[in-house]
Amino acid sequence: MFTALLIEQLLNGLQLGVMLFLMAAGLTLIFGVMGLINLAHGSLYMIGAFACATVAAATGSFWLGLIASLAAAAGVGALIEVAVIRRLYDRDHLDQVLATFALILILSEGARWLFGSFPLYLDIPKLLQGAVPLPGGGQYQLYRLAIIAVGILVAVGLYLLISKTRLGMRIRAGESDREMIGALGVDISTLYTVVFALGAALAGLAGALVGALQSVQVGMGEPVLILAFVVIVIGGIGSIKGALVGAVIVGVVDTMGRFLLPSLLALTMPAAQATTIGAALASMLIYVVMALILAFRPSGLFAAQS
Amino acid sequence: MSEPILEIRDLRKSFNALKATDGVSLDLHPGQIHALIGPNGAGKSTLIHQIAGSLKADSGTIRFLGQDIGGLDMAARARLGLARSFQISSLAQEFSALRNVMLAVQAKEGSSFRFFRQVTADRSLIDPAMTVLERVGLAHRAQISAAELSHGERRQLEIAIALALSPKAFLFDEPMAGMGPESSKQLTAFLDGLRQEAPMLLVEHDMDAVFALADRISVLVYGRIIATGTVDEIRRDPEVRRAYLGEAA
Amino acid sequence: MKRETTINLLLAAVLLALPLVAAGMGEPFYVTLATRVVVLALAAVGLNLALGLGGLLSFGHAAFFGLGGYAAGILATHAFNAEPLFAGIPGTTSMPLIWLVAVLVAGLVALPIGAISLRTTGVYFIMITLAFAQMIYYFAISWPAYGGEDGLSIYVRNAFPGINTAQPLPYFLVCFAVLMAALLLFRLIEGSRFGSALQAARQNGVRLAAVGIPPFKIRLVAFMLSAMITGLAGALYADLNRFVGPSMLSWHMSGELMVLIILGGKGRLFGPVAGAMIFVSLEYVLGGITERWQFFLGLILLGIVLFARGGFLGLVSGKPRHV
Repeated sequence: MFTALLIEQLLNGLQLGVMLFLMAAGLTLIFGVMGLINLAHGSLYMIGAFACATVAAATGSFWLGLIASLAAAAGVGALIEVAVIRRLYDRDHLDQVLATFALILILSEGARWLFGSFPLYLDIPKLLQGAVPLPGGGQYQLYRLAIIAVGILVAVGLYLLISKTRLGMRIRAGESDREMIGALGVDISTLYTVVFALGAALAGLAGALVGALQSVQVGMGEPVLILAFVVIVIGGIGSIKGALVGAVIVGVVDTMGRFLLPSLLALTMPAAQATTIGAALASMLIYVVMALILAFRPSGLFAAQS
Repeated sequence: MSEPILEIRDLRKSFNALKATDGVSLDLHPGQIHALIGPNGAGKSTLIHQIAGSLKADSGTIRFLGQDIGGLDMAARARLGLARSFQISSLAQEFSALRNVMLAVQAKEGSSFRFFRQVTADRSLIDPAMTVLERVGLAHRAQISAAELSHGERRQLEIAIALALSPKAFLFDEPMAGMGPESSKQLTAFLDGLRQEAPMLLVEHDMDAVFALADRISVLVYGRIIATGTVDEIRRDPEVRRAYLGEAA
Repeated sequence: MKRETTINLLLAAVLLALPLVAAGMGEPFYVTLATRVVVLALAAVGLNLALGLGGLLSFGHAAFFGLGGYAAGILATHAFNAEPLFAGIPGTTSMPLIWLVAVLVAGLVALPIGAISLRTTGVYFIMITLAFAQMIYYFAISWPAYGGEDGLSIYVRNAFPGINTAQPLPYFLVCFAVLMAALLLFRLIEGSRFGSALQAARQNGVRLAAVGIPPFKIRLVAFMLSAMITGLAGALYADLNRFVGPSMLSWHMSGELMVLIILGGKGRLFGPVAGAMIFVSLEYVLGGITERWQFFLGLILLGIVLFARGGFLGLVSGKPRHV
């Protein structure tokens, strides 16, 4: 029984990791290519979730909702890139932080304006309802497995996109040498808009997928955003591979910490006390891991060559 | 010959496949100006960075005043008396020339962890700094911010900061870079007088200056020293002529 | 007199005069609003030391603000319940004692956070300070002993010898005096040897190291001093609201403190004061007009970052003169 529970928790950790990867990949891509730190990335996650919930409610189809989430996040992403973000590429990080902080205020309050303060709910699509048996007894939600599969597909897709396609070549050129892509005759501002929209679409996808597991509400993107920051700091800012590894580390460590710490502490203290102390410590665990990794590798595990 | 002030043995540094420093050994003796020449990309600046502590060597030893300084950071090496100038001027841009030099005086003179006494009224910082600025001929520009100084003046300010540290050795990385012939000549004369204060390791492309100043010259090509000797020996060395001077001439 | 000095004195005078007038007219609400300005300004003065003078973009100063607040809340709660804190040490309701504890706690926590974060630069530093603040935030939420998510109420505002702090105006004056003292300290540090080294570390850390001053140590001490001032502000803020909760630790708070500095003018002595006056006024005025005030606050903020660089003091007193 414990084995089954352990496997379940590991899968939960993987699912959280995959979801964080969708967020972190966009963040790290945008930072790598444009040198921009984007706090509003969590808002794009929220937009994806709202778009999916709204369209799914109107049409009855989760899949249409999923397409809507990609379209809405990419569309809003492209819009704010053109209107605001592109003015920030030459600015220092402080200006970027403040401007994107302002965007959060605008987008969060805007979403509240449009959708109200009550959370929306999104059902898991019929196709993916139900559970699969786990070795050692117990069952696991099919939908969560599907999220893990989507994450792996996106990781493979991003790898192919960046290593095999013309767009990927331009992105890599943009990461190593900005003047070169100009020399290659690439329209830089279009490239930047496309990269930003791509990152936004991934965030929107993550929001939509998670929307069916929890409620869709304003502010849902912020905790995820901060975890995604931890991910890219651990993985090395600018590195997609680092984002993947960091996301899995953070997802698994966080989930397993919450699962195991209270039980471990219960060996040495009363159960009730172990639960509270364990929960409190578990909530700090990934930050401790981050601090440890940074103590040895100040620019993360897979720091991009600068 | 007297004990060397700075002693470098078998220093190595690679960047991936590129051996930027490939087994360099070198001595800097009191009273001498030791010039380091070589074609672009030979690894001269990389060597200066390793001696000053802004880059860590892969292997080899650097002894300064008899002490192994390989494990010390840049600030600790500077406190021991190793004063450097940068190939590209590196100054506190918003500070005036005077404040830039005062920072060096403050560093030499004692703790920077003093929180109350105001530096703008601190004669023990201002006076020595002004003296140094007068020596390099920059006193009339003391109140101008580093960002507003001309290129040549910034080069002078770099020298002034190094002087203000009253160091045991100078590391100058292309102090004449980008200077006109007239200023180069003046600076050459000025550096000539410095060798009595402290020996100098001088990286320089201006061959007139090198031949006028150097007591010894080392020639660095592809990270290796291919020859070390007096000006005349280097001028005559066939390998040097082939590898370097031949190209330049 | 320099133009900026004149404007600074004017700002201080207005900030002092408004609550006096409001109290005279029997409008305690505005006194409390002014106290909020003063305390937020104090927190931002702390951040300004790291961010303005040292160029350290800490996105985690809410941690120190909140810790100061919790120091006040926890000490007061223990004193109120007459329970010893630990090892027989009692709580206290004495503000000077609470301030001392708040400052020490903030400084002590800033030491390891700074020591790890300052090994990195740029975006890493921003994100790591943010992450550490979040760590403390989540800890506060999941630790039930002091209210967890609900926070902690301070039933009676803590006491300052000889002053009736329960009244809005005397408490305002206490806070105002602390702010003025912090500004004086900031000015002294700015002009000191340490301040020179700190500003040089911002402009060119390599240059600082090249003359023999280790930038890391300078930055770490600045980070701690900065945290201590912000922690003190947190203690005052908890007493102002007679409440401390996780929201004081949240990353919105860190963002707000940064916003205050940018609104007023980064690195300028009175930047945080001007910023807090503008921010609280905007909040109050917009909040009176529309429920959606955050939306418009965001728009205004965006406009300021994009188009009005240098903040309020940059607009009214021109480029700072560097000496």
